Amino acid sequence: MDFTFTLEQKLLKENVERFIANEYTFDKRRAWAHSELGFSREHWTRFAELGWLGIDVTEEHGGLGGSAVEQAILMEAFGRGLVVEPYLTTAVLGTALLHHGGSIQQKQTLLPAIAAGESLIAFGFAESQSRYHLADVTTIARKDGDGFVLNGTKSVVFNAAGADTIVVSTRTGGASRDDHGISLFLIERQTPGLALREYATVDGGRAAELLLNDARVGADAVLGNIDNALPVIERVIDAGIVAVCAEAVGIMAALCQATLDYLKTRQQFGRPIGEFQVLQHRMVDMYVACELSRSMAYMAAVKLDDAEATERRRAVSAAKVQIGRAGRFIGQQAVQLHGAMGMTDELAVGHYFKRLTMIESTFGDADYHLQRFANSE
Amino acid sequence: MVTATAFNSTLNQLAGASLTMDLTLSDKERAFQAQVRAFIAERLPAHIKRKVEDSLQLVKEDYVSWQKILYERGWMAPNWPKQYGGTGWTPIERYLFEEELALGSTPRIIPFGVAMVGPVIIEFGSEAQKQRFLPRILSSEDLWCQGYSEPGAGSDLASLTTRARRDGEHYIVNGAKTWTTMAHYADWIFCLVRTDSAAKKQEGISFLLIDMHSPGVSVRPIRTFDGAEEINEVYFDDVSVPAENLVGEENKGWTYAKFLLGHERTGIAGVARSKKQLARVKELAARELCDGKPLLEEQRFREKIAAVEIELMALEYTNLRIVCAEQAGETMAAESSILKFRGTELQQAITELLLEVIGYYAHPNVPQAIAQGWNEEPIGPAYAASIAPLYFNWRKTSIYGGTNEIQKNIIAKMVLGL
Repeated sequence: MDFTFTLEQKLLKENVERFIANEYTFDKRRAWAHSELGFSREHWTRFAELGWLGIDVTEEHGGLGGSAVEQAILMEAFGRGLVVEPYLTTAVLGTALLHHGGSIQQKQTLLPAIAAGESLIAFGFAESQSRYHLADVTTIARKDGDGFVLNGTKSVVFNAAGADTIVVSTRTGGASRDDHGISLFLIERQTPGLALREYATVDGGRAAELLLNDARVGADAVLGNIDNALPVIERVIDAGIVAVCAEAVGIMAALCQATLDYLKTRQQFGRPIGEFQVLQHRMVDMYVACELSRSMAYMAAVKLDDAEATERRRAVSAAKVQIGRAGRFIGQQAVQLHGAMGMTDELAVGHYFKRLTMIESTFGDADYHLQRFANSE
Repeated sequence: MVTATAFNSTLNQLAGASLTMDLTLSDKERAFQAQVRAFIAERLPAHIKRKVEDSLQLVKEDYVSWQKILYERGWMAPNWPKQYGGTGWTPIERYLFEEELALGSTPRIIPFGVAMVGPVIIEFGSEAQKQRFLPRILSSEDLWCQGYSEPGAGSDLASLTTRARRDGEHYIVNGAKTWTTMAHYADWIFCLVRTDSAAKKQEGISFLLIDMHSPGVSVRPIRTFDGAEEINEVYFDDVSVPAENLVGEENKGWTYAKFLLGHERTGIAGVARSKKQLARVKELAARELCDGKPLLEEQRFREKIAAVEIELMALEYTNLRIVCAEQAGETMAAESSILKFRGTELQQAITELLLEVIGYYAHPNVPQAIAQGWNEEPIGPAYAASIAPLYFNWRKTSIYGGTNEIQKNIIAKMVLGL
């Protein structure tokens, strides 16, 4: 047993932390988030050159063949930087979709392009009625000759407008919440019948409502087995959960540091407010919540790859519950302890808090995962 | 923008440590675990095991006979250096050992000798003290208790007033200690005493070993509201203590006391014992009925259990991070404070769940049912009798060993620099 980083992992951690500290300043990040694209193409190319986009791509496809732990190391640093580049959707969800569902042909086409920074992927898995239930799918894929015709709407598809390929979950059989009868399709962004209604998200990102109106795809667009895609979707979303948990840990650590600095410098009643015990204990609770979350994020990263399905599910859901609760507590208290300054748009604190809050309602909130954990023994 | 330059936490540095992440046991670790498990299964007396499993009262002989079994095997003091009778195990092996002790339903090892005064004597004691005291701690020939708190010195421990006045080759001790667990069993007490009243309060304290059988020592039991008699007041009335029983230097006792608090306490969280108790919650909830079906099938209750289980996992993996860092040769400040306050919060949360599980059968007050030798028909389910006393008794855990509020003060100061 060893719950510490390898030398390579430590180097990766140092590299990405240096990049965030030196180049990913809050002001620049704000500018990229408000640009037309919503992120920096230059960064994306750098990420590719550094191998970061290929962590979850095997060496034969031009990647590093790394593990979820390395992805978590990156995501933790990305959390500190509030990185807006579409890493999660392309280099975590996109690669996982291909690994667990893709044909040899699909992998050969897309994985090298992802690793090289030439292809962006988005994943539409939620619908307006589904909340976090992955099998609640009403978008229909109807067999039509050699191919399929897709109709329906997918909700809050992150980074859809910038994507070259969008993967959607559809129903090819069964009733609307059946586990059976769900299939995945790869759709090219320019496919006729696919329309996007794009918007900014409160955490500085981009998403879209995706409308499918008689969108026609070929038989080669099917990702994985027809009617049996749910286990793949679940596995892919678990990878996404591990990634956002690590991102949340980076955010929580940054909020703890900012709050601690503020407690030591802000003077009231003739002394630093950090001398007041009520604030000291609050700060300790924040710090401990952050460290407990870090343990859970890396535990889940290890178990994502190593454990069998039930253990993986429990580990991932447990981490999401811990991080959801800790994130809400730390985010709220960081704002509170900064007083009115914490309410300003100028400070990073509120922006961290917003991203943490959105992570809570991504891939299932604490209540959803508490239920999944409790019922998966 | 907050940069990546370290949020100055020791645990954070830990996240930047060495080797490959693997949460499974190596073959060597698995073999070690199996060896410990087999030993416990073979040697732990059945009547003691049953008492621990059912949270019944343990008496002195239960503790001592189990400690002697460990002593004979050479496993009494894994936290000591090998030359003094330690095992030479790695931090991970020590962690696994403690886990097996918990999962095997063994009595807790009385901490005052082997976990507390032992390491202080090893670190700061004279050669003569080591020769004299350590072997008898290992063999449980001497049982120890801790003379820290006083009626006027609890969380403000340094304001203690028990006085030791030097008189030739002796100290003459006067004063009172309180909340002294197991004083009624103990042969020796390690005491913080004031040897210089003029100095700043932390600087006039010495660490003195006192024979409980000395003339002038008296013990009065304090009954707690759960019905237990574990704690005592200890009075010192002109007690003559040989000067050779002073540990280290006079007036340096506060340093030794702090060492003791922070020393080797990765087991302090009690994660494995909590896991065992949580399994008991599920087992009993499967037997209790609610709306005609097992309580365990009631979604709201399932989720209550799950919430505690998840918090326990978070503590477990934090504990493992700390142990693995120790294995990699790193030390950390205040980690035992984190483990202590979270560990006790969760232990208490689990006793709450147990209490909720048994519903009405929390009410009967039948102290005989949890004492040695009760053979009558139980009132309600047999497992219910010990639970309310356990729940009430376990409120002590967030108070003893430095209240949880004091632990947070320590973390604020040592880790956060507040």
